[in-house]
Amino acid sequence: MNLSDFLAMGGYAAFVWPSFGLTLIMLILNVRNARRMHALAREHALRRLDAARKPT
Amino acid sequence: MNWTWFHKLASPPHFYRLAGRITPWLGWPAFLLIVIGLYGGLVLAPPDYQQGDAFRIVYVHAPSAWMSMFIYGMMAIAAAIGLIWRIKLAHAVAAAAAPVGAWFTFVTLVTGSLWGRPMWGTWWQWDARMTSELILLFLYLGLIALRASIDDRERADRASAVLALVGVVNLPIIHYSVYWWNTLHQGSTITKFGKPSITFDMLWPLLVMFVAFKLFFGMVLMLRVRGEVLRRERDASWLREELTR
Repeated sequence: MNLSDFLAMGGYAAFVWPSFGLTLIMLILNVRNARRMHALAREHALRRLDAARKPT
Repeated sequence: MNWTWFHKLASPPHFYRLAGRITPWLGWPAFLLIVIGLYGGLVLAPPDYQQGDAFRIVYVHAPSAWMSMFIYGMMAIAAAIGLIWRIKLAHAVAAAAAPVGAWFTFVTLVTGSLWGRPMWGTWWQWDARMTSELILLFLYLGLIALRASIDDRERADRASAVLALVGVVNLPIIHYSVYWWNTLHQGSTITKFGKPSITFDMLWPLLVMFVAFKLFFGMVLMLRVRGEVLRRERDASWLREELTR
């Protein structure tokens, strides 16, 4: 099978590729958001602990 | 029956550590299966005799649609457990699941639209399947907004749990819409009883994607619940030990 046939998707390229592209972007965004959320919460918690340890 | 395992699971420090340990065991298999499923769906599966290559959208559309409903059901069960037994961790799970469910629902609607345009000649139709899936998106967004609008965490948890449970009524409507009403949407390809209506070449990548999306959701949920637990337990003594070790 050649590459341009594959990319053409039998004439449905304009529908197939955006579908797969959007899905992949959504998956990547979800991982990134979840990791960022956890990292932020961790940072906040650590800062709180530091603040509690050395009262100014 | 012995319920100690359940109480142990519901304890935030235990769950926090457990979630951290199992995250990679969900994430890497999910990644591998998505790669295999995409290759199978885009390259190995033959084109459909009626829909040509457009049918390949099923490999992202159907698993997303299934996840949009599965996540809602799981979230509602967590919300019920939180309401009935007052288990804080269950509310944390429900809170963590809603945005992920909203994303899968959004992708279901958009990929469905991209599939509908060449096959049905329309991007959108107010038929039962599509309308009820759109309501699902609004339910998720409503839950996220409701939670964000109540400052008191316990009240936010309870209000969101009640709304999540009321919204469960939408799940059978989505599922049976293609049988109850005369919809544009096709019926199920895979049913629990009876033979699937497609050939094995087309079927296996779909099954791989189903499993991959489940694992993927598991991984993202574990990460998000850990974040939720850190926010909710910020004054707990176990957190000090956990984070400063």
